[in-house]
Amino acid sequence: MLMFELISEMFSYSFLSRAVIVGILVALCAALLGVTLVLKRYSMIGDGLSHVGFGAMSIAVAMNAAPLAVAIPIVVIAAFFLLRLSEKAKLKSDAAIALISSAALAAGVIVTSLTSGLSADVYSYMFGSILAMSQTDVYLSLSVAAVVLVLYILFYNKLFAITFDEDFAQATGIKAKFYNVLVAVLTALTIVVGMRIMGTMLISGLIIFPALTSMRVCKSFKAVVICSTIVSVVCFFLGMVVSYGIGTPAGASIVAVNAVAFIVFFIIGKIRSH
Amino acid sequence: MSLVCCKNLTLSYESGIAVENLCFELEAGDYLCVVGENGSGKSTLIKGMLGLMTPRKGEIIYNGVTQKEIGYLPQQTLIQRDFPASVFEVVLSGCLGKHSGIKPFYSATDKAQALENMERMGISDLKKRSYRELSGGQQQRVLLSRALCATTKLLLLDEPVTGLDPLATAELYSLIKDLNAREHITIVMVSHDVSCALHDSNKVLHMGTGGVVFFGSSDEYRSSDVSARFLRCDCACHERGEHAHV
Repeated sequence: MLMFELISEMFSYSFLSRAVIVGILVALCAALLGVTLVLKRYSMIGDGLSHVGFGAMSIAVAMNAAPLAVAIPIVVIAAFFLLRLSEKAKLKSDAAIALISSAALAAGVIVTSLTSGLSADVYSYMFGSILAMSQTDVYLSLSVAAVVLVLYILFYNKLFAITFDEDFAQATGIKAKFYNVLVAVLTALTIVVGMRIMGTMLISGLIIFPALTSMRVCKSFKAVVICSTIVSVVCFFLGMVVSYGIGTPAGASIVAVNAVAFIVFFIIGKIRSH
Repeated sequence: MSLVCCKNLTLSYESGIAVENLCFELEAGDYLCVVGENGSGKSTLIKGMLGLMTPRKGEIIYNGVTQKEIGYLPQQTLIQRDFPASVFEVVLSGCLGKHSGIKPFYSATDKAQALENMERMGISDLKKRSYRELSGGQQQRVLLSRALCATTKLLLLDEPVTGLDPLATAELYSLIKDLNAREHITIVMVSHDVSCALHDSNKVLHMGTGGVVFFGSSDEYRSSDVSARFLRCDCACHERGEHAHV
């Protein structure tokens, strides 16, 4: 009953409703893409992209430009680049991505401190802010989510094939490179839209956690995909409620709820396998 | 006209040439065993045949089979070992090659074919099991069923018995031999296990780091100098391997 009142109180604030709508859509996309990224050992790409996103947004703020207009193209280009790094030098790619991540983060911090100083804006990019969502963001996240969902369903079987065995898929005529790029670009869009609620430091949790959590118990790819989206959306929502209820930052609360879910699923998985 | 005709094929990576000036021909129904030391370009040749690499020189001409209609059993990757996928999902994915670019979902025919190929490999009862929970031998049968969904004519196998115990190895060899003998599927198998592989094959391609050492029938190969050296070495390796397992 208390929970219900809390939730209805939350939705009486329009900025909170907007944040919840955008967040749920982002959580959904992140979970879908996360399954492929995690299984292909591309999780680091998500982390790298969010840091590049931070750099891009800081520069946009310094230049007084619209953050999204600057960040989206830069992060999409970075997605191409990081994907190439991951595909090419399999062994060194994790180090190379970490290098780019920290360089982008450093660039962002330097640009900001030289111009406006580390303002509240930058702080909110780092750790997320539910106040940041405008009506435009709602439309943007709706369109990104619609694109991700439609493409994911249409290409579901092919995405499975390239995730499980890229060489085999390519040999049977599937354009694996194209689908890799598609996943990377969609991830870039999801990250740019989501990082302002979740924060640069926490958005990759939204991509990695749901997939890893559901892999503890699910045995088929389809089950993993469906379970991930449910886990992701539920954890996001619970995280928001917790954040509102006890006044903790939204991004951190959501990742914390995800971590708890992971531990629960991990234990269930262990018990089942015995 | 031969099913596969490989003419002066040269394949290279950025780091250098892996296969140089390779020529061989396969007739429909052949069972070719590709042997050679590590680094002699065996797996590269398979990638070239599948069209995963563009030849630097020369060409591979297929007759009566297109590149997309080749079934492929790759070396297992680390990613696959703990991949959450049901056996049926994996086998079905072999049918994707037949889809013209746009069709997004599997048809009833695809599903029937996948079930039939699982039946052929004796894994129907594993349909709903998770791929990662299976034994190595079972996993190879799943991947073989998937390959059979992609082809009815030509199967490329890249070291299919690596990591399998002797019983599973023997079973897999006999499945492959059956496919060749009963269903006239042409087989190209890369193998380290020379003596065993020679038993079933009718042609041998022996690749060396400096180029092709031998191409011809298995009988010729057995009586050649090349095989004498290689087989002896192979036996020695086996003994060492067995000691290591004990």
